[in-house]
Amino acid sequence: MKNISFMAVGILFGIIMTKSEAISWFRIHEMFRFESFHMYGIIGTAVILGATIIYLMKKSGMKTLAGKYVAYTKNIPLNWKRHILAGSIFGLGWAVTGCCPGPIYVLIGNGYGIALLILAGALLGTFVYGLIWKKLPH
Amino acid sequence: MELTSNPMLMVDWLRQPWHWAFSGVMISSLVFLMTWMGKSFGISTTFNNLCTVAGAGRVSPFFKMDLKPHYWRLMFAGGAIIGGWIASTFLSSPEAVAISEETITSLESYGYAYPEMDKTGAGFIPTALLNFTSLKGILLAIGGGFLVGFGARYAGGCTSGHAITGLSHLQLPSLITVVGFFIGGLLMTHLILPYFL
Repeated sequence: MKNISFMAVGILFGIIMTKSEAISWFRIHEMFRFESFHMYGIIGTAVILGATIIYLMKKSGMKTLAGKYVAYTKNIPLNWKRHILAGSIFGLGWAVTGCCPGPIYVLIGNGYGIALLILAGALLGTFVYGLIWKKLPH
Repeated sequence: MELTSNPMLMVDWLRQPWHWAFSGVMISSLVFLMTWMGKSFGISTTFNNLCTVAGAGRVSPFFKMDLKPHYWRLMFAGGAIIGGWIASTFLSSPEAVAISEETITSLESYGYAYPEMDKTGAGFIPTALLNFTSLKGILLAIGGGFLVGFGARYAGGCTSGHAITGLSHLQLPSLITVVGFFIGGLLMTHLILPYFL
């Protein structure tokens, strides 16, 4: 039952991604060509407000629905080489397909069959990473 | 965008293209919701889960996992698909995404008309470039998707996990990763993609 509430948040996410036009290849293309403020405005606003919200949630000692304090639990060790390399690989793909992982799902919902092929490629990429990850710098 | 209290007019209001600031506020509200619900907002992990569902655990221990703690993610991804359907069915804007004149001119110089480059006319995916009907279209979609999936997993997250959640938590690894997103994105857009356009 609890999982259903995440589906509701997912629905909200799908609507927001579509209406914000963040799922548009053209918006991403335009962003990387520095020809519009649109995407920078969206990401900038989201991050500044998001950081403020997280700060206030931590500072006020607000507890999550599970009764825990707000904390960043994903512990990724600092490794410049890995972050730059991994980020660049992702960026190459982002600029070709015009979509990061969230929008892939949202575009499927928008009726774009080709997004299924992009998803298949993404699953293949994830699978290959799972096969060779030990050989990469982490 | 003028706000109204009439529910029918409210739908009309939502149908318009959203201002970037409103979109940013809505995304940050998702950060709040997810954090309050005790989860970290991140999408690319669902790719791991789907690999596991497909039986990748038999080939690599990387994909051997108990899926139960991940059900919420798959529900979220399912919701994202439904949300996309709702938005395109009930809330779609009558006009194509209003990208800048410079971008339109640049695409024209490669022989593409906008928004016709997207066969739906919405301006979401350039189906003239990514499609099932040409080898190039298929390879670009699969190859690009491959880089997105591989890169996201290697980076330990994607735009939602690093650019939105990680940066909101002021994480340095996330900031460096986002710089990487831009290095790759700029390389592709300016140096490699022109060969495919």
